[in-house]
Amino acid sequence: MAGQPMTVQDELATRPGHDNWLTHILRWMFILISLAFLAALLFAPLATVFATAFEKGYEAYLRSFNDPDTRSAIRLTLTAVSVVVPLNTLFGLAAAWAIAKFEFRGKSFLITLIDLPLAISPVISGMVYVLLFGLQGWFGAWLQEHDISIIFALPGIILATMLVTFPYVARELIPLMQQLGNDEEEAAITLGAGGWMTFFRVTLPKVRWGLVYGIILCNARAMGEFGAVSVVSGHIRGVTNTMPLHIETLYQEYNYVGAFAVASLLTMLAILTLVIKTLVERAGYKRH
Amino acid sequence: MKAAAAEAGTTGFRQPSVLPGFGLTFGFTTFFLSTIVLLPLAALVLMAGSMDWHSFVHTITHPRALGAYRLSFGASLLAATINLVFGFIIAWTLVRYRFPGRKLIDALIDMPFALPTAVSGIALTTVFAQNGWIGRYLEPFGIKVAYTWIGVTVALTLISMPFMVRTVQPALEEVQKDLEDAAETLGAGRFYIFRRIILPTVLPAMLTGFTLAFARAVGEYGSVIFIAGNLPMKTEITPLLIVIKLEEFDYKGAAALGVVMLAISFFMLLAINLLQAWGRRRLSGVGR
Repeated sequence: MAGQPMTVQDELATRPGHDNWLTHILRWMFILISLAFLAALLFAPLATVFATAFEKGYEAYLRSFNDPDTRSAIRLTLTAVSVVVPLNTLFGLAAAWAIAKFEFRGKSFLITLIDLPLAISPVISGMVYVLLFGLQGWFGAWLQEHDISIIFALPGIILATMLVTFPYVARELIPLMQQLGNDEEEAAITLGAGGWMTFFRVTLPKVRWGLVYGIILCNARAMGEFGAVSVVSGHIRGVTNTMPLHIETLYQEYNYVGAFAVASLLTMLAILTLVIKTLVERAGYKRH
Repeated sequence: MKAAAAEAGTTGFRQPSVLPGFGLTFGFTTFFLSTIVLLPLAALVLMAGSMDWHSFVHTITHPRALGAYRLSFGASLLAATINLVFGFIIAWTLVRYRFPGRKLIDALIDMPFALPTAVSGIALTTVFAQNGWIGRYLEPFGIKVAYTWIGVTVALTLISMPFMVRTVQPALEEVQKDLEDAAETLGAGRFYIFRRIILPTVLPAMLTGFTLAFARAVGEYGSVIFIAGNLPMKTEITPLLIVIKLEEFDYKGAAALGVVMLAISFFMLLAINLLQAWGRRRLSGVGR
């Protein structure tokens, strides 16, 4: 072959931007390393959840949901979430309206404060309420006198979950509403629409995907919160054990099928959350 | 305009706008923020402040506390470093290569966000235990993962992984392919292109991702306590020590450790903001 002129194809293949054997090797190395890393750390644990839950068969899996304590844990989690998510959604909408629609001093400081719960350890998020309302806390004696229980009871669980999931809706809506601008709202108001009408007919449809996105993430975190709730709940079986806490209780009793059965529910919730999230992104929503 | 500002009664504090609802939304935002986040955090600082200086220093420099910091910071730093490498590889693979299942894997990267920490905790422990799917192959080499500091690092690597990937991914998408092609045309080698074109563009994002991953890992509780042996001085993380102190009704000791962790969180937040500002300046300086 020596001495023969290069064909056009050979000449093209040496040009920049064209693949050669090294490119192929690098590509497959990167893909393989990525997959191996994710397989060990993410896929194997996910598969384990279901493998252990069904270890003793489908019947045993279903039977573990007959346990009254498991049922009460599911009920408690749903109750707490049904208070936390709507309140944080309301907060997110209010905060986004105030921050995105108006110019005022100290705005970036306010945004930092809203993001603050994301930066602190969940254990601290729970602890602050123990320090306030716990027996030795600031209001502990007063609460005991008036027979009000917050710590080791539902209100404490709600407060701790609320603090942890506080920024989730707000931080989706604030940048989204800032980016979309105020022109349409101003037009609506100028044309005589009321404030509420403008909000429901103009703003809400504009930000709906961001809102859905924020709510599902808030919901997933609220249902799965462990650290903060663990500190305030007191781990009373069947009374103040949420689903994640009940997983811990069952796991420590070596009831692996039971623990992983509850875990499988939360895993399916996580998968559902990711599915909705992907659909929202497909619908054209882009995070900022 | 004057009338609007006077009506709001906040002349100088905010700029006038035709849109209504500032008082309502701003009031609700600050009220809710104060009740749920700021007052409880103030209670924590006050509780620690009510200690005399000597016992405060004694609590936060106790050998057991120092051992806990060492593990928390050491393992978090290691986890963030592992993610610096593997997070980059995964982000690169997802941005640059097209292969079957890429979209699914891209969606699954967020799994550690959506999956409750208690679930990742028990699942990782099961996988890496001596008879687990991965643990059994490490055991012959004398590598024990579950119930050691290695396990702590593995858990922290998993839960902080999305922060790295999701920060680096958009930055990699920003790298201009034509710049790379131009460099190759001019005779630059693969490594040279990486060092002079790709790395400078993604470096701020990588550092931001590193800091975010580290900040998340330091505060993590749920996934770690299952896989750590929780032995004082050896496999006890700082958040766990706080929980133990709370369970012993040593509120002040818990608050003191909480203040240390809070100070670190503030420092991290500051670092993240500075890094992001630096990244923005760098990008705008490239002249596009």
